[in-house]
Amino acid sequence: MAISEDEVKKVARLARLAVPEERLAAYTQSLSNILNLVDQLSAVDTTGVEPMAHPLDMVQRLREDVVTETDHRAQYQAVAPEVEKGLYLVPKVIE
Amino acid sequence: MEWETVIGLEIHAQLSTNSKIFSGSSTAYGAEANTQANLVDLGMPGVLPVLNKKAVELAIRLGLAIDAEITQRSIFARKNYFYPDSPKGYQISQYELPIVGLGHMDIQLENGETKRIGITRAHLEEDAGKSLHEDFQGQTGIDLNRAGTPLLEIVSEPDMRNAKEAVAYMKKLHALVRYLGVGDGNMQEGSFRCDANVSVRRPGQPFGTRAEIKNLNSFKFIERAINHEVERQIDIIESGGTVVQETRLFDPDRDETRSMRSKEDANDYRYFPDPDLLPVVITPEDIEAVRATMPELPDAKKQRFMSEYALTDYDASLLTQSREVADYFEAVAQGCGDAKLAANWVNGEVSKTLADHDLDITAAPVSSVALVELLQRIQDDTVSNKIAREVFEAMWKGEGSADAVIDQKGLKQITDTSAIEAMIDEIIAKNPGQVAEYRSGKDKLFGFFVGQAMRASKGKANPNTLNDILKQKLEG
Amino acid sequence: MSQADSIHTLSLKGIHDGVHTGKFSVMEATDAYLDRIERFNPELNAYITVTRDTAKTQAVDIDNRIRKGELTGAMAGVPYALKDLFCSEGVLTTCASNMLANFISPYDAHVAEKLKAAGGVLLGKNNMDEFAMGSSNETSAFGSVCNPWDVSKVPGGSSGGGAATIAARLAPMTLGTDTGGSIRQPASFCNITGIKPTYGRISRYGMIAFASSLDQCGPMAASAEDCALTLNIIAGLDGRDSTCMDLPVPDYTATLNGSLEGLRIGLPKEFFAEGLDAQVADVIDRAIKQFQAKGAIIKEVTLPNSHLAVPVYYVVAPAECSSNLSRFDGVRFGHRCENPKDLMDLYERSRWEGFGDEVKRRIMIGTYALSAGYYDAYYLKAQQVRRLIKQDFEAAFKDVDVIMGPSCPTTAFGIGEKKDDPISMYLEDLYTIPVSLAGLPGMTFPIGFAADGLPVGMQLVGNYFEEARMLNIAHQYQQWTDWHTQVPARFA
Repeated sequence: MAISEDEVKKVARLARLAVPEERLAAYTQSLSNILNLVDQLSAVDTTGVEPMAHPLDMVQRLREDVVTETDHRAQYQAVAPEVEKGLYLVPKVIE
Repeated sequence: MEWETVIGLEIHAQLSTNSKIFSGSSTAYGAEANTQANLVDLGMPGVLPVLNKKAVELAIRLGLAIDAEITQRSIFARKNYFYPDSPKGYQISQYELPIVGLGHMDIQLENGETKRIGITRAHLEEDAGKSLHEDFQGQTGIDLNRAGTPLLEIVSEPDMRNAKEAVAYMKKLHALVRYLGVGDGNMQEGSFRCDANVSVRRPGQPFGTRAEIKNLNSFKFIERAINHEVERQIDIIESGGTVVQETRLFDPDRDETRSMRSKEDANDYRYFPDPDLLPVVITPEDIEAVRATMPELPDAKKQRFMSEYALTDYDASLLTQSREVADYFEAVAQGCGDAKLAANWVNGEVSKTLADHDLDITAAPVSSVALVELLQRIQDDTVSNKIAREVFEAMWKGEGSADAVIDQKGLKQITDTSAIEAMIDEIIAKNPGQVAEYRSGKDKLFGFFVGQAMRASKGKANPNTLNDILKQKLEG
Repeated sequence: MSQADSIHTLSLKGIHDGVHTGKFSVMEATDAYLDRIERFNPELNAYITVTRDTAKTQAVDIDNRIRKGELTGAMAGVPYALKDLFCSEGVLTTCASNMLANFISPYDAHVAEKLKAAGGVLLGKNNMDEFAMGSSNETSAFGSVCNPWDVSKVPGGSSGGGAATIAARLAPMTLGTDTGGSIRQPASFCNITGIKPTYGRISRYGMIAFASSLDQCGPMAASAEDCALTLNIIAGLDGRDSTCMDLPVPDYTATLNGSLEGLRIGLPKEFFAEGLDAQVADVIDRAIKQFQAKGAIIKEVTLPNSHLAVPVYYVVAPAECSSNLSRFDGVRFGHRCENPKDLMDLYERSRWEGFGDEVKRRIMIGTYALSAGYYDAYYLKAQQVRRLIKQDFEAAFKDVDVIMGPSCPTTAFGIGEKKDDPISMYLEDLYTIPVSLAGLPGMTFPIGFAADGLPVGMQLVGNYFEEARMLNIAHQYQQWTDWHTQVPARFA
């Protein structure tokens, strides 16, 4: 199935990727090619087949409710692009 | 023509765990920014979530209390959206298979009737961090201490028909969450908050388009917000417009709701099962283990108070609104052996004084033990009920125990008949006119004599003794 | 030849024995590899980061501890490398992406912790396809890697830097990751041994995620024995990964010498059909006959849905990656664009600038497959077909003990040859992807050279958690043959 340039724009927005106008056609083409490959699936009869989210039939392990962490703010924020007074900074959020 | 309001509530209750839902960071409130955000909470590359056992137990606990089905195999899903307080770019939540299924809760309406509110589901999820909008050179600061705090989102059916019902439901659920120890319910700290889905329709018609009012964190706000939203929607429809489905924010200062434009674009959440987490399997044995630790539920407690202590529906309702009040009452009732007296005091003097000081029962300066001592002084005629209130006030101020206050202030009741006789003789002598009138049949004057005698004794005369003697002397 | 000149020809056990008997020190072994890296890496580009200084510090420390008898384990004193998506504390961890070009990890991945505690010496971080997305190592933001057997060819991917590292003996062992073939395909292209264990065998904690339900790490080394030794150290429960299984870890070296008499080997007919290069098929056939000669029973099996594996994979993996890579938003770590005008601009430009084209393509495909209106047709459908593929293997394993076949349809292709044709690149993995989707363990070991002179690897697939049997089979083969000891002349 081919995807349109408008759909690519929409998806790029959802994924927060600023695709420049001049790259849009190339992306649309390559995404359409991938979707064509994937479209083989639509012909498969999967009636009654349970979707498989994990390769193994395992059950969630539970962690005891114990605080195991100490403050490592300085270490963790050493890799942050912009911090002030212990806060991560982003352009003003308008609600 | 009339309008009918339709309300459904989504309530977020923070669970009272020590550590976060998917990490070992502390959930304590009020720490310095980002000091309780570990690698997992920060969504660092490569980290993975592991589910907190206590969060699961607390969810089951609430599920059992609302008579809901506990899902044997529930699934965590990712809700994908970009927002600075959501560090991974997705929130781990539950979507198709929540841990708690269909349940219900009964609320009491103002006319005394009971109404059953359906609860669609309750699911576990992680809380987001906080955005701080103080000015950092025009930027917003992000604190992720709260990120990963366990939440139980409890979603009601659209069963409420006015703001008062919504408040009643929220209050009842709030009490339940606290009763069960599921959460602390602290609304100021945001541990218990509510999104309200509000729409209006003509009675009998299908549901209208709803607006979702976000983040209501007080009972007062929710009532005001709903009422204003209802008015807004009716105005729109009556002036020929249509209500838009959207997210709105209540502004308590301006008493209105306004559209949250920032959320509009983020409505394709692309939910899918979180591959980092596996199905949570809950066995019947697990459920029974949780059930065994369940405290008595408010409705059951109320019934028991009515049968065991012969209390009225009204008294029992008031006493079971919070577990702490109920515990306090029971301690007092058992201590003094007179449940009615205990109920009158807890619902009367105690709750009134608490309200005056804006205090919670757990912070009351007069303990249940101290109150028992005071009530025992009423029972053994050391003080009258009226004097006891004075003693109580002194006890509240920290002036000592009941006995100490009675002693210090000389409030012990006069039961010595000769002293009372002497006072009455004096009153009779001073008021010959009234005595004559009484004796000629004006019975109502009895009260006048009681008042005079009480005043003379500074309220300390034992009322029964006084009545007896007075009657005897007046009949003379 | 001096001692130092031959250290790189030793097995892990050889290095271990050397440092424990005092034939050479850990420092000498470390220096030997650091020198080789310095000499050969510029032409191969197999390492993104060489941790020369910390390696030397570690070597001094480990020498001391070995001398005091504090460290005796199989990895004590053994140098190793890591694919650059394992977080290593205090070390640049880039995922071969501009997004993380400056990311000094604040913590160690579980497997990095394990190797460190075992007394290994980290030499550096291997080049790879960006965020492990690719089959040629050409999507790396730090440049392509060359195949030591022919520097005009790709080493495969995504663990291409690791495969080239082992092939040129720039480390005796490295850890790679395999999502759809990322250990097996490059190992095959570079004439080395690599194993992707069963999903859940090794903790993924600290391994920067591509597709969480598929990613699994595993050792890449010259021999099955070296892989077994490494697996002994890194396999097993880690409470920090919910998908890591709580199963006992056998001693993988203990069963290496088991007999292959009566071993039932299944050959999936779909893996030998059209698409398989004839010269690769020849090499495979020859190796199969060798197994037969040693008493193995060869049976044909069928995996009727295996042709759907690539389409399933290109829905499931991008869907998971689209979500996994959302955390790279320029706020807490990673690339942040200059002067964002608002929040949307911060996100959109930081991500556009930070990620390369292949990563962005997959994020978009995944976003699309999960979006409203397409979820059922793509994501859910793929999950259903994924189960059919798993069931095919379950059926096959009723008749056979292991499955064998080619790791790749061709030998290594030329650098640049498929770069602009993602689909043909995707089809490189058609024999490895079904195994990944099923979560089964798969490995590859060298079985000779095709007519073009390039190496061919045999893929060996075991039943769940049967890594010990697989390593036994490959090890036995390596007792009869010396393909795995062959090194390109230039790097000998």
